[in-house]
Amino acid sequence: MTADAERAQTLTDLLRANSEPLIDQWVSAVAALLRGRSTRVELEADFKEFFAALLPLVGRDGKDTGGPEFAEIRSLLEEYSRTRVRAGFTPSETAASVFSLKRQVFDLTENSDDPQMFRQLMAFSGLLDALGLLTFEFYARARDEIIREQSEQLLELTTPVVKIWEGVLAVPLVGTLDSARTQVVMEKLLEALVETGSEHAIIDITGVFAVDTQVAQHLLKTVVAARLMGAECIVSGIRPQIAQTIVALGIEFGDIVTKASLADALRHALRREGVDVVRREAQ
Amino acid sequence: MDQRVPILKIGGVLLVSIQIDLQDQSVLALQEDLAEKISATGAHGVVIDISAVEIVDSFIGRMFATIASISRLFDADTVVVGMRPAVAITLVELGLTLGGVRTALDLERGMKILEQLRTRDA
Repeated sequence: MTADAERAQTLTDLLRANSEPLIDQWVSAVAALLRGRSTRVELEADFKEFFAALLPLVGRDGKDTGGPEFAEIRSLLEEYSRTRVRAGFTPSETAASVFSLKRQVFDLTENSDDPQMFRQLMAFSGLLDALGLLTFEFYARARDEIIREQSEQLLELTTPVVKIWEGVLAVPLVGTLDSARTQVVMEKLLEALVETGSEHAIIDITGVFAVDTQVAQHLLKTVVAARLMGAECIVSGIRPQIAQTIVALGIEFGDIVTKASLADALRHALRREGVDVVRREAQ
Repeated sequence: MDQRVPILKIGGVLLVSIQIDLQDQSVLALQEDLAEKISATGAHGVVIDISAVEIVDSFIGRMFATIASISRLFDADTVVVGMRPAVAITLVELGLTLGGVRTALDLERGMKILEQLRTRDA
């Protein structure tokens, strides 16, 4: 046990004695790797903290990174990975930040032919590997969080129902339509019809890139439901490819009014509302 | 238990405002009452206000079409007004599109539609 402790001491001492140049080289290596996307000052601040947290762990083989001794370096790495994810770094770039320290330490101990030192280096290498993997894990976790946040945000801004004229509502649909989303859109539109007392609604699908039978079915249902309530729906903005798909799939739009653009649909709705839009004489 | 839906006469229009939870029995009673009332008053239009109805089934869904057909025999037009979104969605899911029935957002618009139909016929 004492021999072990002594052995570890030598590498720790070596690292401690050379901490300044070591960190400097480490920062240089990583800065070169990241090609200027992180400033040296930032890296130096981060790596100094890592190094300080790493020193007491030298001599461990990194098999128990879940332990309480690793708490500090774990939180440091987690924070580091998190900021890297947000800044758009790749996972390998993030993990390489940790791995590059290995190279610097190997260079430092190159001249030593002490077998004890070699054994310690192996252990240290294992430790860094474990820590590198840890950053990888944190990176993945942080990215998962971001994806989750984004999908939540996406649901929140699903689809606004906007009033574009007295008695005319518009629903600009963007992105992919699935059953759940169409259901939300349908309910929101019908509620809005009642609330505003509008007799016309324009469903604009310019932003919808794919229509299958199910989506078309949902659209038709919405139109029929609106009709039951005493309102007319106009579908606008069908893309050429989608028009082809609709015809190829044999979907019948029946007597539902479809217009090429939102502008055409608005003009149609206004005419039905009894509003005439007249161009004024140019001044 | 025997709840009846009142049928009110406003000018040449009969107003049926459904304020109760409809049972099959009361639906049948309503159809009978309405047929009698139209024939008695010679009304030219029927407005069914269902803004208070929150739950429908296929039987009630078919009631609208039946009433419309009955009214048509007396040369009266039928307008269903104030359907709630949830009810509309349910009817669509049930596959009932109320082919021959006119609809309007509220009573006022429903009356206007009947007015228009009448002046057009005259």
